[in-house]
Amino acid sequence: MRRSKYTRPAWLGEQGEGGQGTADKPRLTTSAMIASLAGADQRTNPAPFGNALAKLAETRPEIVGLTADLAKYTDLHVFAKAHPDRFYQMGMAEQLLISAAAGMAREGFMPFATTYAVFAARRAYDFICMAIAEENLNVKIVCALPGLTTGYGPSHQATEDIAIFRGMPNITIVDPCDAHEIEQVVPAIAAHQGPVYMRLLRGNVPLVLDEYGYTFELGKAKMLRDGNDVLIISSGLMTMRALEAAKALGDDNVDVAVLHVPTIKPLDEATILKEASRTGRMVVVAENHTIVGGLGEAVAGLLMRSGVFPTAFRQVALPDEFLDAGALPTLHDRYGISTKAMTDSIKGWL
Amino acid sequence: MTTSTGDAGRQASKPPLSNLSLADRAYHIRRHALRMGEVQGQGYIAQALGIADVLAVSYFHAMNYRPEDPEWEERDRFLLSIGHYAIALYAALIEAGIIPEDELESYGSDDSRLPMSGMAAYTPGMEITGGSLGHGLGLAVGFCLGLKRKQSKSFVYCLFSDGELGEGSVWEAAWSASHWKLDNLIGIVDVNNQQADGPASEVTGFEPLAARFEAFGWHVQRVDGNDIDALVEAFDAARNSTEPKPRIVICDTKMAKGVPFLEERERNHFLRVEPQEWQKALELLDAGRIS
Repeated sequence: MRRSKYTRPAWLGEQGEGGQGTADKPRLTTSAMIASLAGADQRTNPAPFGNALAKLAETRPEIVGLTADLAKYTDLHVFAKAHPDRFYQMGMAEQLLISAAAGMAREGFMPFATTYAVFAARRAYDFICMAIAEENLNVKIVCALPGLTTGYGPSHQATEDIAIFRGMPNITIVDPCDAHEIEQVVPAIAAHQGPVYMRLLRGNVPLVLDEYGYTFELGKAKMLRDGNDVLIISSGLMTMRALEAAKALGDDNVDVAVLHVPTIKPLDEATILKEASRTGRMVVVAENHTIVGGLGEAVAGLLMRSGVFPTAFRQVALPDEFLDAGALPTLHDRYGISTKAMTDSIKGWL
Repeated sequence: MTTSTGDAGRQASKPPLSNLSLADRAYHIRRHALRMGEVQGQGYIAQALGIADVLAVSYFHAMNYRPEDPEWEERDRFLLSIGHYAIALYAALIEAGIIPEDELESYGSDDSRLPMSGMAAYTPGMEITGGSLGHGLGLAVGFCLGLKRKQSKSFVYCLFSDGELGEGSVWEAAWSASHWKLDNLIGIVDVNNQQADGPASEVTGFEPLAARFEAFGWHVQRVDGNDIDALVEAFDAARNSTEPKPRIVICDTKMAKGVPFLEERERNHFLRVEPQEWQKALELLDAGRIS
């Protein structure tokens, strides 16, 4: 245990005057729900989901937006402002949010329902499963704070959302990396007939993949860079980290390939098998999710079933634990999903 | 077959059936349900017998629909939240001509379109997949919002039960329906005071039910759910009210109504009936037929 009810933190009094930190050790604060993942000098786009949905809705009158008291924190407020008569504030009631979205889909509309990933995955599961997935309804469930993207603690850290949804038949799972991708995911999932769970990065979202000439295709994994020593297979924000780690490892003459897999289900099995079959490369699956039941285990199962055995298989993922509250950079380091932690892990495995 | 009251433009050409013929419809619904029960030898027979009068008034007095086109856009929607009452709804759908009568012998069998718990995916006339209790009313909110967006005049009927009121999602939906002023929603609660572990009033208690829905902002009526005249009056009032509120008709019903020896069984949530008793049940039902 890092903390105890019965023991005061040992470092109290060492944080400088008023706890403001010292020159060599600035204070790190808990990242609240609205924290941006962007580094200080990183390019970003504001509210890519909300803006893309508002734009798409101009030509798709069947699109409606629903939220459970989290419009602002899922960027749906942009849609609400652009299309006020198509925005439904359902209040703090996720079971109702999902049921009502299902009912509207039954009447021919295409609801985009937003909340935090924990509330969709944990609280509304039965409703998503029976009212939406079993009926294969055209509802898009878009959820902020996937995996470890808040320092607020276990109540808001959806570290197992993919594991939960992977077991649900009919549902498509998308884990986009950056603003460039989110803007493309919105029209792509609208064009897909059926339920979708999308992990959302909100606020000022980093812009990375445009530099790689990347285009999103639902159900497709894409090679972002090639390399002969290590193949990183990643989704979501971990692709950002993987690209940074690949650069860092390149400085040490380790040649790293990055395969981005934004659609977790259905998995692009052909591309993954093709790349993992290439001899002489360690396969590392990197995900912003618990090591249980996510992309890593999906890839491992695929490789085993297909008789593909890479030189080595490793996972960069969150531990099977309830995680700490704290500053996001601290937590990403602590749990191994920061660029540095990931780079160090891979070096250690080589 | 479209029968209704109170909504001009979709009014049926035929006059409403007399209440006497509604009683006859209820008798046939009970008979279809008993015959399905006989196929499996057991089931939620008591609920079906209890709710038959409510279904008769819904399908043969209140609702607009076309038996030959169960997905007709202008139909009234009937959502069965209590999936285990499927046997009752199948009986009504058979009586309404939406499901062919000879299909009742497939009830609950492999590859049947009439599984024990209702499935929207493959049963004609079944609007939602109920069964996981607490889903229907929230779905109804979505149907009603969608219909209002389309400026449709259709009503959404949602049948749920007293035991189901323990699910918190029912109250999320009840609150929301009132917030959105869903005057196209007609909730029906079957109060038969019987749930899996015993009388609903003892398991956790659900009264004062009318006051609870009133406090949530609903137009509330409570009637004897086995009194056809009272049901006709209540459904007419629910449809014709001009109040901008969702409506609820709380129906007190008697489990196994119409078959005295089943009515008297103390625990009749899930009835097992001996093979020789089915004929007796049908004979008693026939003897009590009002026509």
